[in-house]
Amino acid sequence: MQSPMRLVTLENLTVRLGGHTALSEVDFHIDKGEIVTVVGPNGSGKTTLLKAIIGAVKPRSGTLKHADGLRIGYVPQRLAIDTTLPLTVRRFLCLPHRHAEPTLQEALKNAGADGLIERQMTALSGGQFQRVLLARAILEKPDLLILDEPTTGLDQPGSAALYRQIEKVRRDLGSAVLMVSHELHVVMSASDRVICLNGHVCCHGAPEIVADAPEYRALFGSGTQGALALYRHDHDHHHHGHPAHSHEHGDCDHA
Amino acid sequence: MLDDFMIRATLAGFGVAIAAAPLGCFVVWRRMAYFGDATAHAAILGVALSLALSTSVFAGALAVALAMALTVSTLSGRGFAMDTLLGVLAHSALAFGLVSVSFLQGIRLDLDAYLFGDILAVNKSDLAVIWSGAALVLLLTLWRWSPLLTATLNPDLAHASGIDPKREQLVLTLGLAIVVAVAIKIVGALLIVALLIIPAAAARPLARTPEQMAFSAAVIGAAAAVGGLRLSFLFDTPSGPTIVCTASVLFAITAVSSRFIPR
Ligand SMILES: Nc1ncnc2c1ncn2[C@@H]1O[C@H](COP(=O)(O)OP(=O)(O)OP(=O)(O)O)[C@@H](O)[C@H]1O
Ligand SMILES: [Mg+2]
Repeated sequence: MQSPMRLVTLENLTVRLGGHTALSEVDFHIDKGEIVTVVGPNGSGKTTLLKAIIGAVKPRSGTLKHADGLRIGYVPQRLAIDTTLPLTVRRFLCLPHRHAEPTLQEALKNAGADGLIERQMTALSGGQFQRVLLARAILEKPDLLILDEPTTGLDQPGSAALYRQIEKVRRDLGSAVLMVSHELHVVMSASDRVICLNGHVCCHGAPEIVADAPEYRALFGSGTQGALALYRHDHDHHHHGHPAHSHEHGDCDHA
Repeated sequence: MLDDFMIRATLAGFGVAIAAAPLGCFVVWRRMAYFGDATAHAAILGVALSLALSTSVFAGALAVALAMALTVSTLSGRGFAMDTLLGVLAHSALAFGLVSVSFLQGIRLDLDAYLFGDILAVNKSDLAVIWSGAALVLLLTLWRWSPLLTATLNPDLAHASGIDPKREQLVLTLGLAIVVAVAIKIVGALLIVALLIIPAAAARPLARTPEQMAFSAAVIGAAAAVGGLRLSFLFDTPSGPTIVCTASVLFAITAVSSRFIPR
């Protein structure tokens, strides 16, 4: 069952943050070249999941396995740069490792951020900043690109362009992509698999399957009722203790 | 040449200023000024202990400064209200240091020398200690420069690049304790943080990259040390505070002039 192309495997991962269980008993994996999207309401542990994968938050229990020599490119949800820190885009891209000028230019071009290399990081617009973050993440030709709401602060065309850029990066570099997104229409069209999170894995699988799952509908509804549906969502539903249950073929567990 | 006290003093000031500059930049970028204060004030306690135990003042100051720095960086990950906690630790360490000095009967301690520094009294062996410490700190910061900078920018980005920000924090903590221990003779425990922060702050408007800022801070720090020493000699003022005053004037100059230079 273990594919040699498996990049990251999480088993039964539980994370507690300041006395609050942010993730409980999460199983997850991502393979080479896949696009996997994480969806879920605010505070559902999406960022926590990504941080657990890069090793920035320590799990309370469970295991995390990386493929040998795994290179990760990470775009955080938020990055505040202190104004006392002078930092050009060029210097930012060269942290922590220096790169040749053509490599920098190419990464910026691929991220749709050409011409910004001499600018100060703190002087970029939200959208430009986001593109530079993407450029840095793809610089080292990562095996896995982890993006936490990469289109935050982008306008509609900008956001669409950024998704095209991500797709292009995947095609060119063969990187797997793990991203968090609130843009459900994009998620449904661009992902190989979708994980719906709410402190635990509510359901996961191919986008069509997840879209039809009652857990997903309970969280996001299926139209204008979505906002209301959020309130009706039953947070206590049980997913555990189904030993015969398999997630391998993208089916959803029904409470 | 080293027989001239002015030359010894200049060399001592030079050494500390250059080592303090890149470290001071990190103190500024990471908003660790109070952390520096706590470490520096704890050094007074170290001085008192080393006199009581008749060990070297440098070793005592280093040990206690390091203990304080480690305590603070351990607590900082635990969700304490840091500015309050650091305020408590910094000033109580200083108070405990001052009180324990008063228990030292039979030893005449020139407390002023440790609170405000006594750079003119630097002898050849002090100079050796200062330069070794400064060189060590400089090498440490240069060696860890890139990971330190990445961790300073954002701990999560550091993790994703395989850098452990806790470890880098430890390097910084160690460097800070060493700088405090060697600088206590130059500017004294009360003004050490000024020597870290003011040159870095003065360098900020001149710099477009972190490296430029660290380099300019070193130049400004060294200029303040040399200039301050000269001025204190001319006007017969206390040398530690005069060095800090010179640095602040340089800060004011770069801060004001940067407003008129289009960038
Ligand atoms: N440092 C922390 N200390 C305590 N609790 C935390 C901490 N960081 C996050 N949490 C909590 O953990 C839960 C998950 O947070 P997380 O940031 O993973 O949510 P998210 O799904 O990314 O939300 P959003 O859509 O708003 O980005 C939230 O309830 C949050 O309040
Ligand atoms: Mg988040």
